[in-house]
Parts: sequence; C-alpha cells; structure tokens
Amino acid sequence: MSLLSYLINGISLGSVYAIIALGYTMVYGIAKMLNFAHGDVIMVGGYVVFVLASGMGLPPVLAVMISMVVCTVLGMAIERVAYKPLRMAASPLAVLITAIGVSYLLQNLALLLFGANTKSFTSVVTVPAVSLAEGQLMISGETIVTIAACIVIMVTLTLFIKKTKAGQAMLAVSEDKGAAQLMGINVNGTIALTFAIGSALAAVAGVLLCSTYPSLTPYTGAMPGIKAFVAAVFGGIGSIPGAMIGGILLGIIEILGKAYISSQMADAIVFAVLIVVLLVKPTGILGKEIQEKV
Amino acid sequence: MKRFLSIAVASAMVAAALTGCGSNPAGGTDAPAEGAENSAAENDGAAAESGEAGSAFRIGGIGPVTGAAAVYGQAVKNAAQLAVDEINAAGGINGVQIEFNFQDDEHDAEKAVNAYNTLKDWDMQVLLGTVTSTPCTAVVEKTHEDNLFQLTPSGSAVESIQYDNAFRVCFSDPNQGTASAQYIGEHGLATKVAVIYNSSDVYSSGIYQTFAAEAGNQGLEIVSAEAFTADSNTDFSVQLQKAKDAGAELVFLPIYYTEASIILGQADKMGYAPTFFGCDGLDGILAVEDFDTALAEGVMLLTPFAADAEDELTQKFVTAYKDAYGDIPNQFAADAYDGIYAIKAAIEQAGVTPDMSASDICDALKTSMTEISIDGLTGLGMTWGADGEPNKEPKAVKITNGAYAAM
Repeated sequence: MSLLSYLINGISLGSVYAIIALGYTMVYGIAKMLNFAHGDVIMVGGYVVFVLASGMGLPPVLAVMISMVVCTVLGMAIERVAYKPLRMAASPLAVLITAIGVSYLLQNLALLLFGANTKSFTSVVTVPAVSLAEGQLMISGETIVTIAACIVIMVTLTLFIKKTKAGQAMLAVSEDKGAAQLMGINVNGTIALTFAIGSALAAVAGVLLCSTYPSLTPYTGAMPGIKAFVAAVFGGIGSIPGAMIGGILLGIIEILGKAYISSQMADAIVFAVLIVVLLVKPTGILGKEIQEKV
Repeated sequence: MKRFLSIAVASAMVAAALTGCGSNPAGGTDAPAEGAENSAAENDGAAAESGEAGSAFRIGGIGPVTGAAAVYGQAVKNAAQLAVDEINAAGGINGVQIEFNFQDDEHDAEKAVNAYNTLKDWDMQVLLGTVTSTPCTAVVEKTHEDNLFQLTPSGSAVESIQYDNAFRVCFSDPNQGTASAQYIGEHGLATKVAVIYNSSDVYSSGIYQTFAAEAGNQGLEIVSAEAFTADSNTDFSVQLQKAKDAGAELVFLPIYYTEASIILGQADKMGYAPTFFGCDGLDGILAVEDFDTALAEGVMLLTPFAADAEDELTQKFVTAYKDAYGDIPNQFAADAYDGIYAIKAAIEQAGVTPDMSASDICDALKTSMTEISIDGLTGLGMTWGADGEPNKEPKAVKITNGAYAAM
C-alpha cells in the first residue's frame, strides 16, 4: 500500500517536472539554446497568483489565467530583449550566459519586490482528496489536478505540433533553421511563439508546484528548474514525449530513492541515474541520433 | 539599432544586478538602514563633542531580519531594543547609556561575517548575537580572533560558543534533544516516535543525535528517522508516509518553522494526525504569512518562554512589547531581553567602563559572567558556567487556539 502511495506521489512530483521540462525542451529543440531563466519564470507565475488570489481575493481560475498571460508576456519580452539580439550576433555560449544572468535578474527582482520571507501559498485547487482502501491511501486534490493537467498539456501540445500550421513551422525550424527560412517560414516569429508557449506552461507549473508544496520564496523555481532540465536531458532534449517521460521517471526515482534507499541521498541518486542513462544512451531515452555527415 | 538595444539591455542588466546585490545585505526591511542612520548620527555626535567617543557602551546585534528565519531576528532586534531603552531610561549601566545597533544576516554565515565587520567599524564593544546557529558558528571565529565578548540569545549549536569569550542564553542543541526526550518520556506523550530532521543543518542534526541517544533511556522507541536536505525541503510525503506506516504516535521535528509549516500541511492532506513535538526552531510558525494556523493546533514545542505565563516579569514584558511592536513576543524575544540584562549584570559585576577597549572588556566579562545570577523571562536564578552554557529548567508550550499556551 505504501509503495502505491509513493508511486502516486512520484508521478505527481514528476508531472510538475514534466511540465517545466517541456519549456526547456521546446526552446532547446527550436532555438538550440538552454533557457536557464525558465525556472524563475515559474517563480514569477507563483507570485502573480499569490498576489492576485491571496492578496486581492480574485477567484483562483482567473488568477491562474492572468498569471499565464503575465508569464507569456514576460517570456516573450525576455526573448526579444535578451536573447534575440545575441542569437543574431554572438556565439551560443553568450546566449547561455545571458540566460543565467536573466535568471539572477528575476530572482533579485522578486527579492526586491516581495522580500525574502517565505510566503505560505494557499492552494488554488478545490478538487477534494480521494480516500481509497478505507483511508489507507489518500490522493490529494493537487495530485489529481497535476497529473490531469500534465496529460492534457501533452496531448494538446502533440496535436498542436502535428495538426496546425504554426506547429509544423516549429517542427521545420527545429529540423533546419536555414531551410525553413528559405521555405518562407518566419523563423523569429516561430521562436517567439515557442517562448510564449513555454512561459505559459511555466505559469501552470508554478501554480501546481506551489499548490502541492505550499511555500513561495524568490528561489522557489531554482531547484525544480534544475531538476526539470535534468528530466529534459534524461528523456532526450528536444523531444516533447521525451520530456514527459523523463519528468515522470525522475519524480518516481526521486521519491522511491528517498523511500527505499536514503532520504538524504535522494538528489544524489537522481543525478547518478542521469549519468548512467547518458553513458548508455548519450542522447537520452527518446533523443534522436544525429549523424554528422562528412 | 541592434547595437543600441544590446547596450541598453546589458546596462539594464548590470544596473539591476547591482541593485539586487546591494539590496541583499541592506534590504527588505528598514532595519539596517536604521542602523546606518544611527551610526551616522553617532558619528556626527562624536565629531561635535570630541572626547565623547567612549561615553556609552556600544552593543551590536546580528540576526536575520529578512529571509527564512526572519521571525527570529525581528523578535531579537525588537526585544533587545526594548531592554536597551528600559535600561537607558532607568539611568543606564552604572550611569552609562547603551547604544544598540542591529544588522541583518538573512540567516547566512557569509552575510553574518559582513554584518560583524560593519559593527566592528562602528566600534562595537559587546555583541548580542548571532540569532541562528550556523551564522553564529562563523561569527564566533571572528569574535574569538578579536577577543570580543559575545552572548548569543539563541544560537544553540555546540560550536556556536566553542571559545571562552562566548556565552548563550538558550539551551544548546544537545541539551534540547536530551530535554525533549526526557519531557516526552516523563509526561508519557508517546512510546513510538518518528523523527524528521534536516541533515544539512547543524542545529537540526545536533538535536536529533542527542534525542536518539536519550530516547532509549526514556523508554521511547524511534520507529522511523528520516532526513531531508536544504535542496530537497519541499516534499515530505515520503518521510510522513514512513512515520505513518511505522505507527508513530508522535513525530519529533527538530527543524525550523518554514519546513515544519509544509510538513503540517502535507500530513493534514494525507489524513495523518500524530502529535507533533518540536524545539525552539518551531517558534514562529504562527507568524508565517498566509499560514493556516489551524494546522498547527496541538503542536508542542520545548521552549523556555510562554507569553501567557502569569508571573509579573513576563506580563510586564509582554505588555511593553505589545505596546511597542503590536505583536506577542516569542521565546527569541525573551532570550534577547534576558541577554541584554545579562550583559548589564556582567558589566556591573566587572565594573568595566566604556572607555576600555573591546578586548579588555571581554577579559573582564568572561569572568564576571560566571559570577552573576539573574532572574529572567526564560528562567529564575539563571547562572552560567565557564563553558558558556546556561543553567535553567526546561519548559514546554502547546499551540492552542492559534496561540502558544503554557503547559
């Protein structure tokens, strides 16, 4: 029974990682850059909901919608102001360093605006908990909503990429940027769209993360951001189903590692598994082999 | 245009990063700014009336006024200021006034050392601090080097006062762990106990070790002992599940209130309702912003101070604190209040004067501290040994109707 409970908790944690990992993997797949500020966009999403729902008393659903809009605008602004000029002019390394800079910028802005005090985040989820096997197994409303949100997002995103023109454009840009441009695809527009989708997902992830683990600080997004990056690499960076599988596996490994091996070594176990996977399959679980032609 | 944009962005980021950094040590609350103003004002005063430099005792304070342990630093700052004002209004120490300057360390060892250096520049003679253990352990190295008298109100790690120039008002971690086990055993609160502790924190693991050592003597069975670290301090479902599966009637939480507030919420969601028992680190849990205090109902904590105690000293202190800050004081406030009075008693006993150097004052106070006995908020007839540890009786409180109640 407790194994089942651990598994459910693991899937719930993994679903949050998966939603965050989608943001990393889409941006990497299309713009070929690591957006290290992604974790901090999550934190911004959390704070927006906190201010709107707890501070101003707006209904949770509306607060989440506004938070998604704010994060979308923020994500596109970051891309336009900080990444685009460098992407055109400088080496990929410069963009990477800029991303780290933006991450610190967001953290310190939050520190300035909200202070370093921990805020207790009131859950926006109103779904009641489910009690199974005469109360021995409790599944919280947050867990149910997180897993459901994860599935809905994955299905929608897959359909979006397969069925819509914009999605096809994304696929084309990720395959070959130059060829896509020659075929008349607006590459910069497509990249901006990717950032917009990734950041909106970050807002959702932020709300789910803070609802499940109700504490909010300017550094809330940092550690889940890193774990989600690991999940994206684990599943094969650039691949959407890969990010999903990577995230959920990572959550399960983390929780089971804590439960059956050592509760203080959980993070070490997670990273050890990553190293093993990368040794066996360097492109990650669903990563594509890229053949260099000479 | 492109170049202009990138330059604009780069300079905006540099500016933002700078303000970010600058606001770290300085920021959040007006506390350090106030300190700076004070010291600026003092400097002006000294310049105006030359020869007045050693006319008052300069007591410095360090603690987290912002950050995860802000509740503690704020309480210490407020209560110490209250004690200083009382002493000054009553004519000071041997007729000499006290100047008090409190600096923020955000519960961070590096920032605490920076705060210490700031206070040294201000010519501090005695240090009340630091508030939390890890920064205190870093700062005690500096005070030992400089031979400056240090009294921490609440730094409870063994290493926090490892040198002969340092003393403390609260119990040490080993004492807290042992006292908790004794309290649980003697009052028959439980026989099956689970522990959730922070293995990356010296305070938490210190208490856990002595608790585990004493538990056997008290007939307590530790059915599950699970750790977490500073990097994985949001998900406690596994630790709680293990405690539940092992049938623990009581969960011992030798941790700080930020994580404890999450643990209480997650236990509630799991439908697990044991007795939760903590140490002084849980104090402040009721003050977490937006925290549902109903979750903390029935939580017990080992603490030397309960604001609703009937004695005259406590009542007078609680009223004065409420009038000044609009808040009910916690035990950190009481520790700090006692700390200032202990410093006063030690200075009177040694007969030191403010024109002496910090090092001479330290040498005198080291001896006099072991000779005094004070009736404080956290214990009657408190005395100190040469090792810096206080001697007093342990007490516990229970959270009832959203407030701390004496047991």
